Amino acid sequence: MKKKLLSLGMAAALSLSLLSGCGGDTTPSGDASPSGGGDAPSGGKVYYLNFKPEQDAQWQELAELYTEETGVEVTVLTAASGNYETTLKSEMAKTDAPTLFQVNGPVGLAAWKDYCYDLSGSQVAGELTSDEFALMDGDKMAGIGYVIETYGIIYNKALLEEAGYTADDIKSFDDLKKVAEDITARKDELGFSAFTSAGMDGSSDWRFKTHLANLPIYYEYKADGIDTTDAIKGTYLDNYRQIWDLYINNATCEPTLLSTKTGDDAVAEFVTGQAVFYQNGTWAYNDVAELGDDNLGMLPIYIGVEGEEKQGLCTGTENYWCVNAKASEADIQATLDFMYWCVTSEVGTKAMCGGEGAMPSGQAGMGFVIPFKGNQESTNPLVNISNQYVADGYESVSWNFSTMPSEEWKNGVGSALTTYAADQSDANWDAVVTAFVDGWAAEAAAVNG
Amino acid sequence: MEKAIKRYFPIFLLPTLVAFMIGFVVPFLMGIWLSFCEFTTVTDATFVGLSNYVKALQDTIFRHAFWYTALFAVVSLVIINVIAFAIALALTQKIRGTNIFRTVFFMPNLIGGIVLGYIWQLIFNGILSVYSTALNLNEWYGFAGLLILVAWQQIGYMMIIYIAGLQAIPGDVVEAAAIDGATGPQRLFRVTIPMMMPSITICTFLTVVNGFKLFDQNLSLTAGEPAKMSEMLALNIYYTFYGRTGWEGVGQAKAVIFFVLVVIIGMFQLKATRSKEVQQ
Repeated sequence: MKKKLLSLGMAAALSLSLLSGCGGDTTPSGDASPSGGGDAPSGGKVYYLNFKPEQDAQWQELAELYTEETGVEVTVLTAASGNYETTLKSEMAKTDAPTLFQVNGPVGLAAWKDYCYDLSGSQVAGELTSDEFALMDGDKMAGIGYVIETYGIIYNKALLEEAGYTADDIKSFDDLKKVAEDITARKDELGFSAFTSAGMDGSSDWRFKTHLANLPIYYEYKADGIDTTDAIKGTYLDNYRQIWDLYINNATCEPTLLSTKTGDDAVAEFVTGQAVFYQNGTWAYNDVAELGDDNLGMLPIYIGVEGEEKQGLCTGTENYWCVNAKASEADIQATLDFMYWCVTSEVGTKAMCGGEGAMPSGQAGMGFVIPFKGNQESTNPLVNISNQYVADGYESVSWNFSTMPSEEWKNGVGSALTTYAADQSDANWDAVVTAFVDGWAAEAAAVNG
Repeated sequence: MEKAIKRYFPIFLLPTLVAFMIGFVVPFLMGIWLSFCEFTTVTDATFVGLSNYVKALQDTIFRHAFWYTALFAVVSLVIINVIAFAIALALTQKIRGTNIFRTVFFMPNLIGGIVLGYIWQLIFNGILSVYSTALNLNEWYGFAGLLILVAWQQIGYMMIIYIAGLQAIPGDVVEAAAIDGATGPQRLFRVTIPMMMPSITICTFLTVVNGFKLFDQNLSLTAGEPAKMSEMLALNIYYTFYGRTGWEGVGQAKAVIFFVLVVIIGMFQLKATRSKEVQQ
């Protein structure tokens, strides 16, 4: 009997050790929690939960500089890529919650609006160049966009010329299709493909289920004169199919293999000259910089809609700063001061907008375009291209994907796109349409109801 | 000595008890409370009654995940235990290099689930790409893939438990059976296996519970693709919690349902195998 007890006890110990890895409520490991104490003169302190892992080093440095300059304690914590909501949810439950955090637009705001301090009338709001970069919740200014980004089809100029074309030859979807299909037809002779692989792995699928899907949504909103909806009609889904067909059938790999291709695969194909076109945005500059600034161009994503010759790149933001309304008065004030300093002081604006060597320590800056008066000339050629489009009178496509009802919706569309890529039948496209239209209504109802 | 322990037992017990309260009891009770609430952060919840449970039970994907998981748990239970037992039998024979083999078989257990998932995903997709298909295009590819992965990972672990059990069987019992003329299969099924029931109880319990709780392997191998068809219960709960704003409570309600299910199944399974155990 004793033996049995012992064995059971051992079993319990074993199972515990075996299962402990699966525990639920663990907070993300490796996070530096904000240190308490060491109060600043005003008594307030700043705790910024940063969304962009690629700019973590810069924010840490800025925080340190600000503390040196003013004595106010600033803690910056960066959530791992794709884990922002998860981290935010657990951090917000703590006593020392973030005082400055981010939402991605109206849908993200819905979850956090009770936590958003009204920024209207604040100093930092006064620095905005346009009201459209404020995220409104009724009359309340819940968030402020702090970086403007642009995406389109990045292309390799040298390869495009090698194929016998220039960007001037591509002014509409039909042109793009002609060029892409011509390159595909001469693929063996040229030694490269038209598009990088439209990978549907989790590291890359957002380029299509979110960013590419923005175009049919944009045109539908525009046609209907609305800026959000609970029931999408899918008026332009045939155009979505056209462009998706073009992407997957003129890529570096068979469409059936797309489900496993990653974001890194596409970058590698692009920088090694295996493909001419690569759909991504200004934030990807560092990945593709080795092709040389003069060699990089960016085209609008044409999907074959009437009047698209005037269409520009897709420009907008999904990065809104929000101040935690549940923080103490002193912390809120300290946070507002910190934001104001970031977008007005010389060090702050240089760090946010600058490229090589913009940080006081000699590191590269964040390379942002910021919608504040203190914005500086960018060294990112992709940003300059997008500015040129605006200057030339092209109409920018706004970012409407922040109105997509939920992550579930995006995942549903992504799955359907993957299945369709593997077997391009009408039935499989109908599944995409169902996920897009019916899924939207269902998700909107689920979230609101 | 005995007296001293009796007197000072709270001192020995306290650290573990405190850790158990903080790490298990409090989050557990909070979790049950939150399943009746609507919340964004866990410290700021409003009571909404049973509506989370209603939504959870109406979710067809959740029901699909349940059957998929149950099937997976049963199949993995059989495969893992049969193979682990067979290997344990083989490695308790007098053959050369048993220690090396035991080590080799045990090693996969030391690698984390997420890493394993990604490694096996590369292997499977490498093979499937020859046939122009991929793991996340068919739910049964995902099922088979998960099965292979989990078997590879857990067989070594169960094998160790079985080896310990086999070595604890007194040699004279088996010898007596052999002298009495029992054949090999008879010795195995009439003597060895009944004597092994405690180990079998432990191993089947662990495999069935692991099968139900499978999360990281599922996340990294298929992530529920295609269209959530290879999503198991734990992953479904995770996606419910983070996939939609306002559905955190529903995810929590699913987690409570999940807990009750696993407890019931675990108890039932323990009872079934314990009743077959013999006293030595």
